[in-house]
Amino acid sequence: MTTPLKPEQIHTCIWLEEQEPDNPFAAKTAYCHGYDVYGELLGQARWVEMLFLLFRGEAPTAQQTKLLETVALALANPGPRDPSVHAAMCGGVGGSTAASCLIAALAVGAGQLSGGREVFLSMELWNACGTDLASWLNSFATPVDTTASIWPTPAHPPGFDPHGVSTTTPVKQTLACLAETSDAPLLPWLLANRLSLETAAGFPLAMSGVAAAVFVDLGFTPEQGEMLYLLLRLPGAAAHALEQKQLGYKKFPFFSIELENDPAKGTP
Amino acid sequence: MNGPDFLQQHTDHLKSRMGACFPGERAVFRGHDLHAELNGMDWLELYVFGITGRRFPPQQLRLLHAMWVYTSYPDARIWNNRVAALAGSSRSTPTLALAASLAVSEATIYGGYPSISAFDFFMRIRKKVEQGEQLEKIIHVERRTRRIYGYGRPITSADERLPWLLERAHELRLDQGPHLRLAFDVEQVLLNDNQLLRMNYAGLVAALSLDLGFSPKEFHLFRFPITLAGMAPCFLESSQNTEGTLFPLSCAHILYEGHPKRSWKAPGQSENL
Repeated sequence: MTTPLKPEQIHTCIWLEEQEPDNPFAAKTAYCHGYDVYGELLGQARWVEMLFLLFRGEAPTAQQTKLLETVALALANPGPRDPSVHAAMCGGVGGSTAASCLIAALAVGAGQLSGGREVFLSMELWNACGTDLASWLNSFATPVDTTASIWPTPAHPPGFDPHGVSTTTPVKQTLACLAETSDAPLLPWLLANRLSLETAAGFPLAMSGVAAAVFVDLGFTPEQGEMLYLLLRLPGAAAHALEQKQLGYKKFPFFSIELENDPAKGTP
Repeated sequence: MNGPDFLQQHTDHLKSRMGACFPGERAVFRGHDLHAELNGMDWLELYVFGITGRRFPPQQLRLLHAMWVYTSYPDARIWNNRVAALAGSSRSTPTLALAASLAVSEATIYGGYPSISAFDFFMRIRKKVEQGEQLEKIIHVERRTRRIYGYGRPITSADERLPWLLERAHELRLDQGPHLRLAFDVEQVLLNDNQLLRMNYAGLVAALSLDLGFSPKEFHLFRFPITLAGMAPCFLESSQNTEGTLFPLSCAHILYEGHPKRSWKAPGQSENL
């Protein structure tokens, strides 16, 4: 059966293209939220300005640009101990495709422990509680929703480190730098109230919590913040994957395993 | 216990009851020698054994097979399949195509989310019914607070897969479980409110899987490759056609509905043209 042809279109508020005179499948001009990308933005706008424009639909202010650039740098490489980078290195060391290394980093870095979903949940918390400490205390005391979902039930307050002892130096440095840059309400409040929040949560603040506060201050929705967080952590994953590919598997940990039910030992 | 001491206990070493390979010697799968003890299993049997640790009898395995077979549609228009097909047309690799296609299948309006939500719904309301609550009341309260998954379909309320899977379940004598009966009772209540809210495939698969004893996480893992068999043909056909010819989009295909053209002067100082 043939489906009757009908005009199919992609609706978008982000992107306008005008075709080359000789080819309707090639764009002569491209406009992002009204700005001529190749005719005007190129050479004038910065990468983070384009990023902000894509998601928010408006050009960022100078302070917003600085804030986004600062958090982008802070997130660019979670380092080889981070599970998402570890996953990317597993791809690299085995000679897997470049895309699979990034897919590995995205999948592992998508979750509720220092991943994209944690940022989403933390941003929802920021939107609900804002700068009201009593609301934060109330939210920490509220039992989590145990409805079965594609995501597991959260095991710790989002934005905090369940294995942390104290706030790490990079988290404190990032928060201080961002709070100094920001003219929005959350980051300075977080800087001033960090200890109270950590006491209430029972855990130290994590980088995901700082990122969530920045993204809310920049006006992003939780969905946009989750996407940005996933995106901004990829450079380190890519670089480490390539490095391990060069170094080879003999220099990469394989770890040891202890089977608790090895049939050869009669312990099924 | 949390903190660095707890993490220290887990460094460089894994204690597992799931398995290990002993290169050049043997492999252990959930406490069994894979090659010596499990070599007669078909792939699905091994897969659900890996998920649940349980051996499923042949008639149950035939029903699980049917759940996968009856919803494997090699139609490249369907969003998850289209990802595989676009990868083929763009000359990517088969593995990247199918991995992305499967990942996309964990969606909100189809696939993963409705399935696990329907599964959760049946689990919850069965408990309430067993505690003596009236089904109509449970459903009406539920509908006020959240969407009920497992019923209704975006394009058409009819689900062509249902009679086939129900017939298979009947043949295998697996259509008398309490969750399936409950799912039909729910359908009757919903149809009184809205004739379009007939049970869909996610609802039926969830109910049958509950009757087979799956937990939510086991069910989520079982249903993950449920549309996989339809994806490979989509990839293959588009990879055999001339590159870039799957649903090519001309500039006229893009309907811009955004801000009028404007000039970029400096950050925050733009103006309309």
